[in-house]
Amino acid sequence: MHGRPRRAAKPEDEEASSAKAAKLRDLQAQVLQNQHSGTYTKEAIGLSFKLLEINPEAYTAWNYRKLAFQHNIKELSEPEAIKSAIDDELRVVEVALRQNPKSYGAWYHRKWLLNQKLAPVDSKREFGLLDKLLKVDARNFHGWNYRRFLARFMGVPDEEELNYTMDKISDNFSNYSAWHNRSILLSNLLIKQNKGFESKQKIFSQEFELVTQALFIGPSDQSGWFYHLWLLAQTSTPDNPQLIASWPCSGAKLSSSLVKEKVEQNTLSSIWCHSLQERTVPMVLYFNEPVKGLNQSSVKLKSDLDFGKDIHWRALSMTDSGYSSCWTTYLQIANECSSSQQYSVEVSIPCSDDIVSRSGSNYNCPVHFTFTIELISDDAQDIDLFDKPVAYFSEPLESHGNCEPIPFDLLKITGALVEEDSNWHFERLSEEIDLFRELPDDNCKFVKLTLARLLLACAAIKSCGRSPHERKRYCEEALGHFSDLIRLDPSHKQYYEDERSLVLMDKLTCDMETFVKHCSVQVQPNSIPLNHVQLCKLSLTHVGFAERLMWVQVLDLSHNSLRSIEGLEALQQLVSLNISNNHISSFTALEPLTKIMFLKVLDLSSNEIGAHSMDTTRYICSSPFSHKIEAHEAFEECQKKNINVEEYWDAILFFKPLKLGQLDIKGNAVASKENFRTLVMTLIPSLKWLNGECVN
Amino acid sequence: MADEPAAAGAGQDYPTIDPTSFDVVLCGTGLPESVLAAACAAAGKTVLHVDPSPFYGSLYSSIPLPSLSSFLSPDPSTPSSTAAAAAASGSHTAVDLHRRGVYSEVETSGAVPEPARRFTVDLVGPRVMYCADEAVDLLLRSGGSHHVEFKSVDGGSLLYWEGSLYPVPDSKQTIFKDTTLKLLEKNVLYRFLKLVQDHIAATSGAGDAAGIISEEDLDLPFVKFLNQQKLSPKMRAVVLYAIAMADYDQDGPDPCEKLITTREGIQTIALYSSSVGRFANAEGAFIYPMYGHGELPQAFCRCAAVKGALYVLRMPVAALLMDEEKKHSVGARLASGQDILCKQLIIDPSYKIPTLDVPFDESDSNCPRKVARGICIFNKSVKQDASNVLVVFPPKCMVMLFLLVDPVSILDLALEEQQVATVRLLQLSSNLAVTYRKANLTCRFMAYLSTPCTDASTGKHCIKKAMDALFSPLDSDGSQGQLATTSGSTGDVKPTLIWSCVYVQEITQGTSSSLLSCPMPDENLDYRNILESTKKLFTDIYPDEEFLPKKSAPVHDDEDSDSGE
Repeated sequence: MHGRPRRAAKPEDEEASSAKAAKLRDLQAQVLQNQHSGTYTKEAIGLSFKLLEINPEAYTAWNYRKLAFQHNIKELSEPEAIKSAIDDELRVVEVALRQNPKSYGAWYHRKWLLNQKLAPVDSKREFGLLDKLLKVDARNFHGWNYRRFLARFMGVPDEEELNYTMDKISDNFSNYSAWHNRSILLSNLLIKQNKGFESKQKIFSQEFELVTQALFIGPSDQSGWFYHLWLLAQTSTPDNPQLIASWPCSGAKLSSSLVKEKVEQNTLSSIWCHSLQERTVPMVLYFNEPVKGLNQSSVKLKSDLDFGKDIHWRALSMTDSGYSSCWTTYLQIANECSSSQQYSVEVSIPCSDDIVSRSGSNYNCPVHFTFTIELISDDAQDIDLFDKPVAYFSEPLESHGNCEPIPFDLLKITGALVEEDSNWHFERLSEEIDLFRELPDDNCKFVKLTLARLLLACAAIKSCGRSPHERKRYCEEALGHFSDLIRLDPSHKQYYEDERSLVLMDKLTCDMETFVKHCSVQVQPNSIPLNHVQLCKLSLTHVGFAERLMWVQVLDLSHNSLRSIEGLEALQQLVSLNISNNHISSFTALEPLTKIMFLKVLDLSSNEIGAHSMDTTRYICSSPFSHKIEAHEAFEECQKKNINVEEYWDAILFFKPLKLGQLDIKGNAVASKENFRTLVMTLIPSLKWLNGECVN
Repeated sequence: MADEPAAAGAGQDYPTIDPTSFDVVLCGTGLPESVLAAACAAAGKTVLHVDPSPFYGSLYSSIPLPSLSSFLSPDPSTPSSTAAAAAASGSHTAVDLHRRGVYSEVETSGAVPEPARRFTVDLVGPRVMYCADEAVDLLLRSGGSHHVEFKSVDGGSLLYWEGSLYPVPDSKQTIFKDTTLKLLEKNVLYRFLKLVQDHIAATSGAGDAAGIISEEDLDLPFVKFLNQQKLSPKMRAVVLYAIAMADYDQDGPDPCEKLITTREGIQTIALYSSSVGRFANAEGAFIYPMYGHGELPQAFCRCAAVKGALYVLRMPVAALLMDEEKKHSVGARLASGQDILCKQLIIDPSYKIPTLDVPFDESDSNCPRKVARGICIFNKSVKQDASNVLVVFPPKCMVMLFLLVDPVSILDLALEEQQVATVRLLQLSSNLAVTYRKANLTCRFMAYLSTPCTDASTGKHCIKKAMDALFSPLDSDGSQGQLATTSGSTGDVKPTLIWSCVYVQEITQGTSSSLLSCPMPDENLDYRNILESTKKLFTDIYPDEEFLPKKSAPVHDDEDSDSGE
């Protein structure tokens, strides 16, 4: 079935196939005719059999047979006659499967027949058919699907089916379907806690041992690695979703303004929150895996402040699956207040059946924390950020005179909020790492990739705040593997580069000692101090660990190789972003920025926007064609200014929601195009500085 | 089937053969003679095939167990035919033909379980055929396959290593299932097998040419190549002795004279792997003729008969007929006294080639090769749940003690000697197992052992040692019931030996001159070498004829030939 060369057709084959086509057309016409007229005579049904015998893909013929079967069965009363009618249908399916064992219509017809429950099912016949088919092609997923259906239908215990997968794997372990079915059956058995399946740890240890046998024999065979990946995911992620970070974090003190003297004395006690000027506090909750179901009852807020209307949680995600790791809400402060006053906000997330992960497990680690909001009604302090264009530091942070250390004790960015006892997981993963380090296939990409993934899983367990040094060691080793992989397997280079970027970001941000070298408080002249993070010249292609950056107000990611900035949408405090000198190739790749309400300064210079005719990121983004966005106004506005909407629709969608004060976009192919400047000026009325020029 | 007792054919009422002149006369129905008969008949020659015994097969036959001892040690006082003594007639000189003793050191112990006559034993054991080897191809080509049924050696192979038996991991599947190998060993072993498979695929044009192993490596001793591939000693033993079927120590400190090269090793592995899965109903690489190896010569004889060869059993050849110069044989005088003229005479290797003025290679007879063989019957399988199994004892896996009398101190000296050659054992479930189960008796298994040797007593010792390693001796009182209960209570009891026979057989090569002598059963596990030299004999006689061409297979004649027998 697999790996068979295709033969070129010979002239006589062609003749035969055209004869066959003529016959098929004839049969098809007759069957359709019978279908229309509702003719269910024996001869008519016989014709449909003839058609299906040659072409099992004729779906209408299957439907016709279903109708005919239902029509004729009504007239039968004796169980024997009914049974023989069913037998006839089953035989037709078998004949069709002989022609094409992967015919959707045939398999479905069989399922449909069984589901009619008109006669007891001959399980020996059904399983016999499956045995035969899976012997011919052990990876026929139709067969496996039907087997799962049959097992459920007949109430075959999962244990028996599990043994069957073992038999098939013993025959030839290069069988994705068998491994896959095994993972499903094991999940079920573990959930149901059947006898012998009480201990997840015991079962997974056995499975690890089993699959390593296959991996060591055929390290270049993918099927085992896929199963190993599943096991690894089961071992390295907690069963239930967890909250890993929040903004504002526990104990944080937000202020709408800052007393300048305090800054100079370096006795900063609160964090300036730009959006408070507009009486808005963005709140972000970050989970370890995508969840859904955040609402007023699953996340409880208690405060003296009046947040006005209903609090609405939005998923910060580029997909619209409804699941997201990152959720936000904008707290609108409705209170009138006259003088400086502090209000505390209590947040509690109890165990909840509302919040569920993709796998269906619910949130069961209750969290409770408090932060403070300081409202100062001093209008004189209103700061204009855009008096002059905001400049970025080009030198390393330490050397800059205006840098102030970040008051990290206020940020509390490290450590998950919940820790889990993970000894077994860690030991298991360490064993696996030791094993694969021994596997001598140095140049096998699967070994290296799995080793890197195992190391990262170990690092993730170690993270729980305790041993950043160990975590960094794991990261170091994983980085080495990814560098090798980029060299070894160039066709998947971009994936490895993305993974390497994540590890690199992890390594740089997992402990204070390293992270602090990239952080500072930036004090602009005549302005307020801003929390600044600089991650330049690191060859990053992808952004990760955004949950550790949610407090950042100025972010410099220039001189990397970023192709995507997915993840930055979590940085709701971001005021200024520099992603100049990267590989951003389209506006659709910048969609995360449209979710950051208070972004004021954006440097996009020297990217590749407009340089590529194909936009490879578009397929995951919203576009006017998907009818998901309403942008008529913006389009009409642009059309009035003679801007070609068809050409610039992605730019229009990007700029429309932004409220920038400063934008640099020179050094992109798109920037020199006709009308582009007009477009920007039209869509961003608040813009003051464009490419270093004052425009407003 | 060789069911009739040998003695039954002693009647002197010989038939007269007509015509009296043939292209080829063959004496003895061993496998090589039978294949030659089939080949000659297929080439359109007139063939007379006689055998002194009442059954087919000669040294290659399967005989009922009670007849074994008389076959191995024939009565030396067999009178040479009186007809032969009759002087020369006409223009020919008659030279008496004598048989030689092929077997020595015959030693039997234990009592044959009843009914003894239902046990049939091979004289060429242990022997199997690779599903893809020349013998199978010949059977298919000649149509002989219609006359033989096979069973597969489904239990696979076992290696005797450090006192225990281990399954031989010979495929991806068996390596995966193996529970005795370490992960790294599995990795290295499968990588090696993959390397060989890639080479085989590449040389046959099916695979990537990059997979070809370099000429330099192919000329290396195989063991060196295995070392390069980082195979552990046990893995090396598996590949060398249980897959590549090496006979002599390959892995010793001082290189033995019979080191196989990588090329030879890979050739056998290629045969092995193409054999696995060749026939859908044969599990594993080996098949065994359902009713013993005696079936094979018989199958070829039937093919020859279908093509017109004349068969006469119970007809010894008494003398050779030579021309005046005593240089060429021109015919044979049968025991009946009838003289048959022929252009080519081919005789069974159990006949001594008379000293003629014919140039004749003597080097073989100076230092004859020998093979020690053993046959035994025991009560349960050496491997649980498997009936047909091959066991390989690699060289040096057993230490043997020889007791010698020191001529100086007149004390017994224990002399340790290591086994130099591989011992192979083939266990076959007795086909009587069903009968026995019905009779509520224990099952019987039969095994054949062999090892090549130069010294008869060393070889015999090796065979006995291997039997000791696998079987426990029968209690002196021989009570079966007691054994059954003990083996029932503890699962890991060795099988009990019920009956055994050990003997040593000489091996001579086939010789070709005007008088052809066929090769004897050799020490190998398969028929490849024997058929190779048989083919050579044929091309020596008929250089222009094709050896059993494919078209010679009778397509619908098999029923006829069956009823004709």
